[in-house]
Amino acid sequence: MTNTQIQAVRPQPAAPAPVAPKPSARDRGSRLLAALFLAPTIVGIVVFTVVPIAGSIVLSLFHWNVIDDPSFAGAANYREVFGDSTVLVSFRNTLVFMVFAVALQLLIALVLALAVNGRMPVWLRSVFRSAFFFPLVLSAASISVVMKYLFNQDFGVVNWLLGLVGIAPVPWLTSENGAMTAVVLVYVWQQFGFSFLLFVGGLNNIPKEIHEAASLDGATGLRKHLTVTLPLLSPTLLVASVVGIINALQVFEQPYVLTNGGPGDSTRTVVMVIYENAFEQLRFGEASAVGVLLFVLIMAVTALQFRLSRRFVHYQ
Amino acid sequence: MSQATMNLSRTRHTLAPWARIAGLTVCALLTLGPVIWTVSTSLRTPAESFDLPPKIIPTNPTTEAYSGVFDQIDVWLLALNSTLVTALIAVGQMITAGLAGYAFARLEFRFKKPLFGLVLATMMVPLQVTIVPVFLVLKSMGLTDTLLGLIIPAFPTAFGTFLMRQYFLGMPKDLGEAAMLDGCGPWRTFRSVYAPLATPGLAIVGVLAFNYHWNEFFRPLILETSGQNYTLPLGLVSLQGNLGTGSISVVLAGVVLSMIPAVAVFVIGQRPLREGITSAGVNR
Repeated sequence: MTNTQIQAVRPQPAAPAPVAPKPSARDRGSRLLAALFLAPTIVGIVVFTVVPIAGSIVLSLFHWNVIDDPSFAGAANYREVFGDSTVLVSFRNTLVFMVFAVALQLLIALVLALAVNGRMPVWLRSVFRSAFFFPLVLSAASISVVMKYLFNQDFGVVNWLLGLVGIAPVPWLTSENGAMTAVVLVYVWQQFGFSFLLFVGGLNNIPKEIHEAASLDGATGLRKHLTVTLPLLSPTLLVASVVGIINALQVFEQPYVLTNGGPGDSTRTVVMVIYENAFEQLRFGEASAVGVLLFVLIMAVTALQFRLSRRFVHYQ
Repeated sequence: MSQATMNLSRTRHTLAPWARIAGLTVCALLTLGPVIWTVSTSLRTPAESFDLPPKIIPTNPTTEAYSGVFDQIDVWLLALNSTLVTALIAVGQMITAGLAGYAFARLEFRFKKPLFGLVLATMMVPLQVTIVPVFLVLKSMGLTDTLLGLIIPAFPTAFGTFLMRQYFLGMPKDLGEAAMLDGCGPWRTFRSVYAPLATPGLAIVGVLAFNYHWNEFFRPLILETSGQNYTLPLGLVSLQGNLGTGSISVVLAGVVLSMIPAVAVFVIGQRPLREGITSAGVNR
């Protein structure tokens, strides 16, 4: 009961340690140390994240091109953004990209993690693990440069490989659907290793007795994975999908290098629009308005996920 | 039991093991394929660079393309810039995350929970949403188009702080209490007891920072306007723009050059990198 009383008296969350009447020299020393230790991180976060978020919101209400003085615009930037077909298309593209990229990334990572978790010599397992993880250490920008050649319609290796199994050359980077598909594939190729590592870690955390019990009950193969492995892996699946979605909504390098948003606006993403508005056209107000909308979108999608996850995520 | 059978895994699949391993091998080749193609094409002559089927072993291996890269862009300058930026950020993050992580795990102070909540919340804020005001803040400090402008904002790391807090929480509390009984103040307890034990955790933060910032593209693209401040990824993409000669070997040789440190980190820092990523999913 004392706990609730303390909380009732103090509106701010109290420090977990019992509040001594007279802080000893050691306590004061520890508080001073805490202040010193936290200063770089907290000051940095305030200056380079908290203040800029507020700044973005304020800036989104102004017209500003750096050269002239900023002029108050009210909701005009938002109205303009909602009337701008390029911006609307970029949100649609980003959502389409997110759905396909995250679904594909999680599916590939899950299947490979389950497969790598099966019977095989240790050395072989670590070879596979390293191979799937390797693209993560490469730069998205330079790997996209490489992919531009691989996806070339006439002399690219991708179409050559498809030709071997009798598929006609695909205009990857020059048709709308082809370009989006290529951007998704390149992104997934580089990113699935992240989810893969999460899943491998999550699978190792599942006590093996549970699988043995399931086998004794007659569950086998796919059925066992669906009814036993997946529910037990669901906390990891949640983390992988939350991180995957947050990252996918911020996609930039791949479409910027591979297609520069084209053909037309078919692969232009929200972040590309922010970049072009702010740093190519010097429309800082509009760029900030798009940024604020992206922020709201990310928050909303993440909140929705945590809400949905209450039904599907099982903690051991 | 032999070593191999001892380490056989727990899950039993209906799929025959050889079919599973064959499938995994195909997937691994598809994953590494683009990298293998890049290395092999960078060693071909321009005339052979588009050969199909792609010859993995070039018929006339040549390093011509590599000298082409050095002719076109100042590789040494770009590499120096990238190294400076990445190394300073990595060291800076190890310091800030180590200190803040320790404070959150082991020290008592007011507003601990809300402050930690603030740190965690910033993990969710996309860089692109804050980039315009950050650009303006840096401009007012006179740091746009400088390497310092890339380095300083990257010092605080929410993820690193979270990771180090978990790391310090995992260490036995008795150690510090024993040191306190021996008369160590809070600083001595940190300095001589906990900090030395934190080295592996700090290595994770350092390797993750190195990998991320070595490959970083968006912030340098916005902040660095003059060529002398470019980092490698920027230089490479500009290399591609300047070319148009039809010889892709040169571009790919540049890509290979920029991969070398990333691959070195992969080989040396594979374990810390993997642990850093895995702990993101498991330590909740």
